[in-house]
Amino acid sequence: MNSQIAAILTMDGVATGAIYVLIALGFVLIFAVTRIIFVPFGDITAFTALTLADLEAKRLPGTASMIAALALVAALMEVVALLRSGGASRIPRALLYYLALPLVPAAVVWATAGVMLPAPLRIALTLMLILPLAPLLDRIVFRPIADASVLLLLIVSVALHFALVGMGLLFFGPEGVRTQSLVDFSTDIAGTPVSGETLLIVGSAAFFSFLLYLFFNFTLTGKALHATAMNRTGARLMGIRPQRSGTIAFLLGSLLAAVSGILIAPVNTIFYDSGFLIGLKAFVGAIIGGLVSFPVTAIGSVFVGILESFAAFQSSPFKEVIVFSILIPVLLWRSYSFVQTEEEDEE
Amino acid sequence: MRRLALGLAAFAGLSFGATAAGAQDITVGFVTSLSGPASSIGLNYEKGINAAYAYQAEVDGHKINLVKLDDGSDPSAATQNARKLVQQNHVDLMIGTSSAPGTNAMLTVANELKVPFIGVSPVNVPIPATGHPWGIAVPQTPNLMVKVIADRMKREGIKTTGFIGFTDSWGDLVYNGAKAAEKDGDPQVTSNERYSRTDTSVTAQALKVMATKPDALLDGGSATQAALPLLEMRKLGFKGNFYGTPALLNRDFVRIGGKAAEGVQVSAGPVIVTSQLPDSHFSKKIGTTFHEVFKKVNNAEADDGFSGYSFDGWLIFLNAAKVALKTAKPGTPEFHEALMQAIYSNKDVAGVHAVYNFTPKSYYGVDARSLVVVKLVDGKWVYQP
Repeated sequence: MNSQIAAILTMDGVATGAIYVLIALGFVLIFAVTRIIFVPFGDITAFTALTLADLEAKRLPGTASMIAALALVAALMEVVALLRSGGASRIPRALLYYLALPLVPAAVVWATAGVMLPAPLRIALTLMLILPLAPLLDRIVFRPIADASVLLLLIVSVALHFALVGMGLLFFGPEGVRTQSLVDFSTDIAGTPVSGETLLIVGSAAFFSFLLYLFFNFTLTGKALHATAMNRTGARLMGIRPQRSGTIAFLLGSLLAAVSGILIAPVNTIFYDSGFLIGLKAFVGAIIGGLVSFPVTAIGSVFVGILESFAAFQSSPFKEVIVFSILIPVLLWRSYSFVQTEEEDEE
Repeated sequence: MRRLALGLAAFAGLSFGATAAGAQDITVGFVTSLSGPASSIGLNYEKGINAAYAYQAEVDGHKINLVKLDDGSDPSAATQNARKLVQQNHVDLMIGTSSAPGTNAMLTVANELKVPFIGVSPVNVPIPATGHPWGIAVPQTPNLMVKVIADRMKREGIKTTGFIGFTDSWGDLVYNGAKAAEKDGDPQVTSNERYSRTDTSVTAQALKVMATKPDALLDGGSATQAALPLLEMRKLGFKGNFYGTPALLNRDFVRIGGKAAEGVQVSAGPVIVTSQLPDSHFSKKIGTTFHEVFKKVNNAEADDGFSGYSFDGWLIFLNAAKVALKTAKPGTPEFHEALMQAIYSNKDVAGVHAVYNFTPKSYYGVDARSLVVVKLVDGKWVYQP
């Protein structure tokens, strides 16, 4: 291996790692606020890529009907819950949030099916379609068991992943897709060719990380979210509704998954089941950050990307083995070097 | 009570009469996957057998009845179907199915119940120690698929070739085939790089291949994702030719591969390029007939290799039935034995894929004539003599 190869491998690793950063940040965010390890994260990424490809091929994306079905179920559950708790006056509001809003992008997509929209509009539409996905899943699957143990939430989350993969096959079909390049540009950095796509991925990851930083430190909602993550009960006493925080966390998670999906769609062929492995590797990055620290998570995810790239060069059949093996020393290091904080939950 | 007994007797007589009337008919059972994950190719097999049945549905005045069943991509359902065909439908011969595990399962049943079986997917059941096996496999072997393309590389003056393939058994089959061909003087294989269908990047593997400076690249992937290494190698500035196996003959591979896949050469059954074959080619006449019948029956072009396997299986059966009818009556164990012996004794049976010569020593009966080399030019596969 010479320095040229090392440079290309690093570049490739950083680009892959940047995708993992976006997803891993979502993992940490959702886990911190709701204690749910959101396994289907990668699937949402893959669905985004498939949706974008469907729009590009002038087909009606499967996501539209998927969202419509989920919105109906969520709205029904919300209405029943409100009726039972005697809050019938809040039903119109619930219908607006759980039924009308998610259906707007689906309706737009349905109305414009068969028309070739310009690329920025396609991307915006894809983002809007994907955004309600995680909050709706949260409402349907996790809200009824919000106070359960972390283990139960994890098991439900895994089950949800399998359900989503099945739905992916149903709604998108078995074929892989690859979308048109977002940018047609390439440059040289220190003699190493770098594609515009790579720069865009790394730039987006940095940009969204920075946005999250601003959100948490300078907005009231961000601070409320932070407070919920620190101490659920305490936040509640301060008048922050944990349910609302959860929905916002899932909405942000959906956004991060959708952005990574849009970035990854032109650089790789994505299948309905591609998301799981991407999510799992991002999860390794999140574990390095201990599922609490955003900066360490970002660094860890980039590290996973670079490690993956070099492992594939050294011994491609054992690439995954090498990447997932680092979980063992990381977990050992984390359990020895950190003082166990007192368990505040009921577990 | 007496009336019931009478009725039963009458019914038994009726059904006996019906059997007697149809005793001279030959019954063939066909199994494919019309649902489940293997259905995307299973449907092609179904269309192929429909074309075959429309092509010829009788042998020397004996009508052929075709019983078709779906195995739902499930080997255990294939086993049940095979038993049902033999024990309820009393078939004289079985053809099936669209997945390798299902085909192996049917072959095992055929060996047990001693009914001839024509496999349209690869098989790897051990040959019985005593007697002869009760089945054959129509497709080309993976080794042969690689050998034909490796020979072509050699002919084009290529000395070394890189290899990138799937991490699964298909990647192993192609790599081992290339290694076996290397021993016969075909190009030296310089790398053994692997990737999986859901990988996000093959940059590292492509770099490793580039470092060995091969003249060409052999692609051991399949379907859509086989395009990934080609795209990456071209991006890194690789100038050599690309080669592959019939696993690349896929519409989505061409779509995703785009400019990078242009010029890739793969081995393929001649049925893929029937219209481009010279008139002297064994597959030209029968292949043209196949494409015509297929179009009439299915209202679509036969642009896959799978429907051709069903059709060839039917041709092998027709040829064998012609011989077997001289010595035995359909529906009897003697007829089953005679059919199997006729499959072995018929020589040079020309189909749309290959010239078949079966022996009891192996399930496969194809040779290098069963594969031609085709090249991707402007998104179309073009025959390369």
